[in-house]
Amino acid sequence: MKKILAIALVLCMVFALCATSASAADTVKIGMVTDVGGVNDKSFNQTSWEGLQALAAEDPSFEVAYLESKTDADYQTNINTFIDEEYDLIICVGYMLADATREAAEDNPDQLFAIIDDSSCADLPNVACLMFAQEQASYLVGLVAGSVTESKTVGYVQGMVSDSMNLFGIGYITGVLEVCPDATVLQYNANNFGDIAGGSTAAKNMITNGADVIYQAAGGTGIGVINACDEEGIWAIGVDTDQAPLAPDHVITSAMKRVDVASQDISKAVAAGEFAAGVHLYDLSNGGVDLAPTRDHIPAEVLELVEAAKAAIIAGEKTVPTTVADCPAFTLGD
Amino acid sequence: MTKKKSFLDVLSTSTFLHILFSIFLGFLVGALFLVVMGLSVGEAYGRLINSVTSLKGFSYVVVYSVPYIVAGLSVAFSFKTGVFNIGAEGQFVVGSMAAAVVGILCPNIPKPLLIPLCFLAAMAAGALWGIIVGFLKTKWGINEVLSMIMFNWIAFYLSNFIAGIPAIKNEGSAEATKNISANASMLFSKSFIKSAGLCPTANWGILVAIVVMLIVWFIIEKTTLGYELKAVGSNKFAAEYGGINVNRSILTALAISGALAGLAGALQLMGMGSRISIFSSQEGFGFAGIVVALIGVSNPFGVLIAGLFYGALMYGGSKLNLVGAPTQLINVIVGTVVFFIAISVIFKNIFRRRARSPRSIERQAEKEADKK
Repeated sequence: MKKILAIALVLCMVFALCATSASAADTVKIGMVTDVGGVNDKSFNQTSWEGLQALAAEDPSFEVAYLESKTDADYQTNINTFIDEEYDLIICVGYMLADATREAAEDNPDQLFAIIDDSSCADLPNVACLMFAQEQASYLVGLVAGSVTESKTVGYVQGMVSDSMNLFGIGYITGVLEVCPDATVLQYNANNFGDIAGGSTAAKNMITNGADVIYQAAGGTGIGVINACDEEGIWAIGVDTDQAPLAPDHVITSAMKRVDVASQDISKAVAAGEFAAGVHLYDLSNGGVDLAPTRDHIPAEVLELVEAAKAAIIAGEKTVPTTVADCPAFTLGD
Repeated sequence: MTKKKSFLDVLSTSTFLHILFSIFLGFLVGALFLVVMGLSVGEAYGRLINSVTSLKGFSYVVVYSVPYIVAGLSVAFSFKTGVFNIGAEGQFVVGSMAAAVVGILCPNIPKPLLIPLCFLAAMAAGALWGIIVGFLKTKWGINEVLSMIMFNWIAFYLSNFIAGIPAIKNEGSAEATKNISANASMLFSKSFIKSAGLCPTANWGILVAIVVMLIVWFIIEKTTLGYELKAVGSNKFAAEYGGINVNRSILTALAISGALAGLAGALQLMGMGSRISIFSSQEGFGFAGIVVALIGVSNPFGVLIAGLFYGALMYGGSKLNLVGAPTQLINVIVGTVVFFIAISVIFKNIFRRRARSPRSIERQAEKEADKK
């Protein structure tokens, strides 16, 4: 009993001692709210957080924190937590947070927000919309897929059908058909970003039907796709981050979105007092999207082709379609 | 020495103190984890306590706890009646989806009618989900735990399917249903929330939870139905011998338990979320109900308190990241608490045996002699 009392007393003292640590006046506090994928989603939540961590590591005047959302209802709570804690900038990761961000931004006009992958809040004076030209990166990996396929059959798994998600498929298919006009593109909408088993099954079906390269833009579901490709020994193409570590022998490359760079840019802008609302577009020209650094499996002549296409896009000589109408081969559109 | 004996004595006889002690152990284990991770226990627990003690924080706790309380009552009701409703998760999901469908498709019904209508739809859906499992059990003797776990997944994918139907799906890019009509919302008005300084999702769900608690208590303790259900729960052969229709009792118990879990889903939807997202993983409100029922030892009032406690942990815990502590710490604490409550039988027996050992009886006699 004495011991227990002693421990209880010690705990009470510890509680009593704890004071809210006052932060220095010149720190810039950046808060990040994840979507339900969580901070370790091996995709854009993780990339954004790693970007912010790197920023805080190189410049101690940044104080960064994240809050994870477990359900749809948590978005608003988490955003409000950061507002109550007087964070300078709240970064909302993913278009699933669009409605919660809009509501919070309208209720708190003095609070600065940034949202990734959503442009519906672009009309608000305190929200920066960080958009990525995902069709450009997808187009480049499409060129790779169309060049390396031997069976002239490639696969594509998408996490959800929406205008923003469709850009991945449109870019990819345009790229594939450009280098291999008679290729068949097997397409599948998983309607889920978290179904690893479902992604694996979809990929195996495609492999049975002859696919020898599969691209996925499907979050956690995509991890299942990569696993299946790894097991069956065909090429997989990663998305968002360099996903080569998931299957080093079979991820040929990845279509990268530099969400980390975007989060850092907007944080630095807030620190410098240069926050700009509206759409910030990240594309090939500013390095916001690109082929992943892992390119060892890509044949040299294919890499040349990709680099040439990239240069053409940056120079404005070539545009990648962004609508379903411009890419009739994309069948998931409706 | 007398002090030690009396502490164990009390611990073995008072369920309330036993639970408090388990909670204390839970926080102790949590503190150990924090120390091992090299984090400040004071900072983490201080943040936990600070964040739930302000008016705004407390209103968050109340709002968070409503679905946990009602889901807890659902599971507690099933415990009392001898079935283990591990299917509360699925009943919660179909309940909230039923309420969402009514709330989205009937925006023109006035508020005083629409809210009860949503409640009814949710309860009917939850009860149906419970009855199907009960039917499988009473008709073919299929273990309710197995079929319930499977029904949780059927509910999960059914909800995702319904959320994808064009009439229900969000017009924007959100992977969720449309928002329910304002007439189905239980939120306080924005101006009231602002002036009172409450959290933005403040609503009157807690009143419903308290009423439900009273009704559950009344059914269990004061009605023939409750007596029959409890009799079946204690010993179904004795109950049958006593002339109680066991199969009907099991079905009734599962239906009521399912209706409560469905109602919990409606309360969460109409009080907090306003819409249902397309799930990528189970949200776990029903499973949390099991935890709450265990901490509340299936006593309706205990469940109310346990639900508030759980809500406080969930809300306060979500802020642990701000001081660098992982939110998973909350799961460690809750897990430890449930562990110590679950092994209470062993716990109590050990203490009781000690309390009843010849030496302690001697001491007891000495103590009484001292008093005189």
